[in-house]
Amino acid sequence: MHKVVIPIGPQHPALKEPESFSVTLSGEKIMKFSARLGYNHRGIEKACEERTYVQDVYLTERICGICSHSHSTCFTQAVEEIAKVDVPKRALYIRTLVGELERIHSHLLWLGVAGHEVGFDTLLMYTWRDREVVMDILAMLTGNRVNYGINMIGGVRRDVSAEQAKAILKAMDTLEERTKYYIQVATQETTLIQRLSGVGILSHKDALKLGAVGPTARASGVNRDVRRDDPYAAYSEVKFKVITDDHNDVYGRTLVRMGELLESYSIIRQIVKKMPEGPIITKVPRKIPAGEATSRYEAPRGEDMHYVKANGTEKPERVKVRAPTLANIQTVAKMLEDRQLADLPIVIAAIDPCFSCTDRLTGIRQTGKRKKNVLKWEELHTYSITFYKEHGIDFTDLNKKMAKALK
Amino acid sequence: MTKTKEESLQGELIKNFRFLDGKITVSRPRRMSAEVPPANFREVLEYAVDKLSFTMLCAITGLDETANLAFIYHIAREDGIILNIKVAVDRNNPAIETITGLFPGADVYERELVDLLGAKVEGLAKGSRYPLTDDWPAGEYPLRKDWKKNDTKEVTNA
Repeated sequence: MHKVVIPIGPQHPALKEPESFSVTLSGEKIMKFSARLGYNHRGIEKACEERTYVQDVYLTERICGICSHSHSTCFTQAVEEIAKVDVPKRALYIRTLVGELERIHSHLLWLGVAGHEVGFDTLLMYTWRDREVVMDILAMLTGNRVNYGINMIGGVRRDVSAEQAKAILKAMDTLEERTKYYIQVATQETTLIQRLSGVGILSHKDALKLGAVGPTARASGVNRDVRRDDPYAAYSEVKFKVITDDHNDVYGRTLVRMGELLESYSIIRQIVKKMPEGPIITKVPRKIPAGEATSRYEAPRGEDMHYVKANGTEKPERVKVRAPTLANIQTVAKMLEDRQLADLPIVIAAIDPCFSCTDRLTGIRQTGKRKKNVLKWEELHTYSITFYKEHGIDFTDLNKKMAKALK
Repeated sequence: MTKTKEESLQGELIKNFRFLDGKITVSRPRRMSAEVPPANFREVLEYAVDKLSFTMLCAITGLDETANLAFIYHIAREDGIILNIKVAVDRNNPAIETITGLFPGADVYERELVDLLGAKVEGLAKGSRYPLTDDWPAGEYPLRKDWKKNDTKEVTNA
């Protein structure tokens, strides 16, 4: 049959983030799949070298909007190891707490997206409503829904009060009940089972060979979890199961993530109960002695790894980030081999890709011959107004009406 | 005193590769590093993967050490022990051999070294670059220490 190559992205209505795929089709069947990444490359690793350790905590936090805490924890852990800082126990517990809350919000978000990709939008509406419960808890604890800014080198920024602890436990009960309902839906609803089973198959052998991480690997029977294998923060003091599954497909990945949600609720309950009293931060000098450290963290999408090299100054010599999606994206080609084009959105979504993490510079630069300077916010605003006017779109009347209505 | 797991792995490596004596450090439980000469890199890596079950490749870090470019291969075992194998090569000829035969997933990590540090990875299959743009000027390697961000030419929209 005649082969057709379809480019998908970097800007495409069906994609949530900029990435580019080239799919070779024979009829409806995928013959070849290749991905071109890097559209979100912002040069964060280089930027880290030009900033102080304190600034870098906030910068690494912005590698990703969803697993922001994962990256900042991974980075601070590495710096603390080089500086030989003893982080107070209570701070480690708070990091674990926020980390697990982040996992809950990420997995619920994923479940909604997965529902959406298979045309089950009711599931999207339900899970995203429930996700607000954990978002409220995160906002209460840290002041932010995303980019919590809770980590500091040597500890955490905010303590958890007794009332907050109570609210967390209450939220866990609500979420547990909801998650059990979703598990019931996933294991009984035929349409969902049939749509997800046998789709995006990644055999155990391939998962190992391609170096898959996180739920993607665990749903192919790979029993690995950094929280258990290379414990950090307070994970060595809590009990939890590593959820694996041998369906090897998108259905298995769904079951793994839902199982992990239940484990997260249990971890949070243990953390709240066992949280020791004491300080939440130790003072760390701004200059970090020369040295290097490798730090790992089990982010919601899988193993996140940071390597930090210090040279005795206030700024790091090198910061290397390997986000989980970069490890997982390579499995997608395998999953799509010989499959139908219609399976592509859910298969890609099933690794829960995050291309911001993966690509790790943002600047809006005025191009063209007139000026070559970086635009300020007001200039950008004026530019957009004149741009639309030139194209026949004028909001002046509407803006006046709006101003009147607001009075 | 019984040997820790890390110490016995260290002993095992030194026993097979005499030149590694004094080149392997255990910085803390589950963290080991080794400095390996480029000529012996392949055999040490293969030995660690096949015989010492460092079956996971976490990442490859590229470093600019002024005279040299160094590459650190972070490999891990199921029990959480990481071995960082460091190879330093001459900056003017930063040639390394691909490890995609051992770890097919290393493909994208090696492309990153090519784009950001200008490594020459021998044996790496042809494919799209990562992560820089297709019109990125040749010979500009942003993660090298002498590279400054203003060195790039303005890219204008046609």
